[in-house]
Amino acid sequence: MPRLHRAKRELELLRRDPILLALLIFIALAIFIFVIYPLFEVLIKSLQTRDVEGLTLANYERFFTTRYLRLALRNSLMVGFTTATVGVFIGYIAAFTLTRTNAPGKPIWHVILILPVISPPFVSAISILMLFGFNGLFTRQLLGLQNFNIYGFKGVVLSQVFTFAPIGYLTLRGVLSSMNPVLEDAAMNVGATRWQTFRRVLLPLSLPGIASAFLVVLIESLADFGNPLVLAGSRFPMLAPQAYLEITGSFNLPLGATLAVILLIPSMTAFAIQRYYLQKRQYVTVTGKPSTSSSKIVTRSMQWVLMGILGVFALFIILFYGTILMGAFTLVWGYDYTLTLNHFIYTFSVGFEAVKDTLIVAILSTPISGLLAMMIAFLVVRRTFPGKGALEFSSILNFAVPGTVVGIGYILAFNKPPILLVGTLAILVLNFIFRYMPVGIQSGIAVLQQIDPSIEEAAQNLGADSVTTFRKVTLPLISPAFFSGLVFAFVRAMTAISAAIFLVSAKWNLMTVQILSEVGSGRLGVAAAYSVVLVVIVIIAIFVIGRLVPSGAATSIIQVQD
Amino acid sequence: MAADLQIVNLTKEFESFDQPGNKVVAVDDVSLDVEKGELVTLLGPSGCGKTTLLRMIAGFEDPTSGDIYLSGQRVNDQAPNQRNAAMVFQSYALFPHLNVLENVVFGLRLQRLPSSEVTARGERVLELVGLDGLGERSTSQLSGGQQQRVALARAIVMEPSILLFDEPLSNLDAKLREQMRIEIRQLQQRVGITSVYVTHDQAEAMSMSDRIVVMDHGRIMQVGAPLDIYARPRNRFVADFIGKVNFLTAQVSGPKQARLLDQQLIVDDLDERPLGQEVILTIRPEAVNLRTSGGHLPGQITRATFLGGLVEYEIQVDSLGEALVVHDANPVVRGLHQVGETVELELPAKALHALVEG
Ligand SMILES: Nc1ncnc2c1ncn2[C@@H]1O[C@H](COP(=O)(O)OP(=O)(O)O)[C@@H](O)[C@H]1O
Ligand SMILES: [Mg+2]
Repeated sequence: MPRLHRAKRELELLRRDPILLALLIFIALAIFIFVIYPLFEVLIKSLQTRDVEGLTLANYERFFTTRYLRLALRNSLMVGFTTATVGVFIGYIAAFTLTRTNAPGKPIWHVILILPVISPPFVSAISILMLFGFNGLFTRQLLGLQNFNIYGFKGVVLSQVFTFAPIGYLTLRGVLSSMNPVLEDAAMNVGATRWQTFRRVLLPLSLPGIASAFLVVLIESLADFGNPLVLAGSRFPMLAPQAYLEITGSFNLPLGATLAVILLIPSMTAFAIQRYYLQKRQYVTVTGKPSTSSSKIVTRSMQWVLMGILGVFALFIILFYGTILMGAFTLVWGYDYTLTLNHFIYTFSVGFEAVKDTLIVAILSTPISGLLAMMIAFLVVRRTFPGKGALEFSSILNFAVPGTVVGIGYILAFNKPPILLVGTLAILVLNFIFRYMPVGIQSGIAVLQQIDPSIEEAAQNLGADSVTTFRKVTLPLISPAFFSGLVFAFVRAMTAISAAIFLVSAKWNLMTVQILSEVGSGRLGVAAAYSVVLVVIVIIAIFVIGRLVPSGAATSIIQVQD
Repeated sequence: MAADLQIVNLTKEFESFDQPGNKVVAVDDVSLDVEKGELVTLLGPSGCGKTTLLRMIAGFEDPTSGDIYLSGQRVNDQAPNQRNAAMVFQSYALFPHLNVLENVVFGLRLQRLPSSEVTARGERVLELVGLDGLGERSTSQLSGGQQQRVALARAIVMEPSILLFDEPLSNLDAKLREQMRIEIRQLQQRVGITSVYVTHDQAEAMSMSDRIVVMDHGRIMQVGAPLDIYARPRNRFVADFIGKVNFLTAQVSGPKQARLLDQQLIVDDLDERPLGQEVILTIRPEAVNLRTSGGHLPGQITRATFLGGLVEYEIQVDSLGEALVVHDANPVVRGLHQVGETVELELPAKALHALVEG
């Protein structure tokens, strides 16, 4: 009853700021239509079959009685846990080496390590195919192996580790660099050895962060579509590509939806643990003062060991990207290594439609996604209104929902009145806007929480309404988060595949989808050329966005609240 | 004439930070009128609800119950940006991405006034606060005192009907603080702007205010002019919070008379009370006269602290529980008493005050 009373009073207060109220209703409605409703449609579809009226559990029954489908779940989980374990291990070594030692060339290491983050998630899969496939450079040309088989578990895991360990690295880097190194000095000061300091102080403190990184990589791996499609092979079914194949191959939409729901369960579980259990347990020992450690937690020889491990990993990344680059200039990879520009000529002539469409989709969705994310962060941190928790939850829900599920949801939800979007540009743009908002929202929330709220109150006090306050004060103040939100949205719009593959049409195609179809028809050179063009576009875009969003004043503006 | 600001039975409850589900009453049934041109201080220890009260006036907090009137108009349902109340924040809350002048004219710009008028008014106010010529500076290049002045200029340029200050000087060093007190008070009187000023510093409150509102645990303890509050506190809390004080437990022994040990004391402001009733008397340290003979109470000096302009003595009076604190002025001329010396204390009738509440 008191809760109801409070909600009523909150609504009354909202009425005195009508623009805010309108904005809120608009955002809530948009999130409902483009996030919640498609998921609901997937769930409903999974309870229908093609031949029976009404709702039924027949699809789930079929899932549990079909060995091949059960295998898909088992394989996806197996790959997910393996990738997450290895990825977090490598990610931790990288984060530790680059934050806690004085290894030379840190910026270069960093750039190499995040290369996979800014390229389509299946680039390494294509390289692996080019290097270790039936006609691979290593396996066939150099070693002369006749029937080496890279497909299946080992191929997918190998490729995913290189794709997702960098995400583990970025997460853990944040965790480690927010821990005050003076703690390590303190431990060594009371007589702990380096190993004890690591074991008893640093490791326990970073444990919640490690668990969190593990779950994030697990979510990414489960949702991954490109690597399994290229490298799993038919004898190693996995959930995400299987759902796609059920729909596009066997035209069994209900079964595809069922697989999507089943895929959703482990992803959502991991997300819930990460968000509601681990995030509260992360130790942040930021004091506001910059602090550096005077004692070093690793010896010189240990530092070389760490850098050795990191070096091998980085070398592989370079090898993979070098292979792609080489492949783009090679006539027929595996048979005829003559240099050629043919693939680029194709990409820029006949194949340029996909490049153009991708750019249009990315350029349309990026600013909207970034702006919407900042608005939601502002509303969640700075305003009270009924249903705030629900709005926050559903706005970041898509972080954990595999793209395959979203893609199926969109074709189910928007292929019929009142909202008929299938086959249009709008469905691609809307999908990207709402799919890649969560990262912007979360970094917006994090930055806002560090900014003294009285700066925004001062604006209101001087006569600014909510929208003016947001435009003239909040947005300039959170420009670093806005920047990272924009970059993320753009990169993902350029590189995403799992949802997009359901939504492309003859009229609107995307580069990633095109790359996969080139791989499918064995034209690796063209796929490689597309990949190169894509990575170059992304790198240029990051610079351009950096220019457009002034974040120079960013560091001086964060005033810590009294 | 109606008061400029009227607060009627205002209460604010929060959900407790530590124990969700529990309630914290931050402001408890507060009523107060502030007249036009007056500067009223809200004074009280940290956590007594001063900021919350101020934020309700500005519209940042929504009262749980009670009403707020600005210039006779009920503003409970007005959003902060619709209220004609300007606030000077404790952390200054300057806009870091704007220069000094743009900070000051932020509010004017929103009113879509002609740009030349905006700039002119901004510069006039900058001059008023002594920042002329610094308009183009970035706020991060200013000293704490200058930032404070920008915050002040930004508020008064709006010509608000009321100015709200939340501990505006707490981030400055002691010397600058004293100087700014005087400046703010002079400016406030010159512009004639009604002000509510929050502080936990009693010296600041006494030096600036027309009236002081002493608060504790969300409630008003006493309202009055600074001298009134200092000389005639209602209760122990107020007496203690406003500077040093001695408490003496005595019995009513006649009209304006009280008995302390074997002494009859004359207490000018003792109202009619039943004979023999216990009464708590207060006297400030500087009001007690030290004599060599002929005082009311004999005592022995147990501590002497030289403070420059005055000497603080702690004096133990036999059969009186607590030691008394006595300030003796002008030690250069009058000399120092030594620890162990016996002295006589005189308690003037005019300086003794009987607390209304025990
Ligand atoms: N947003 C809030 N939520 C819960 N409790 C609060 C909140 N704001 C203030 N309080 C509590 O209300 C009381 C009064 O706070 P405040 O008005 O800030 O005091 P003051 O300004 O006098 O130091 C304190 O106990 C404080 O903890
Ligand atoms: Mg306060």
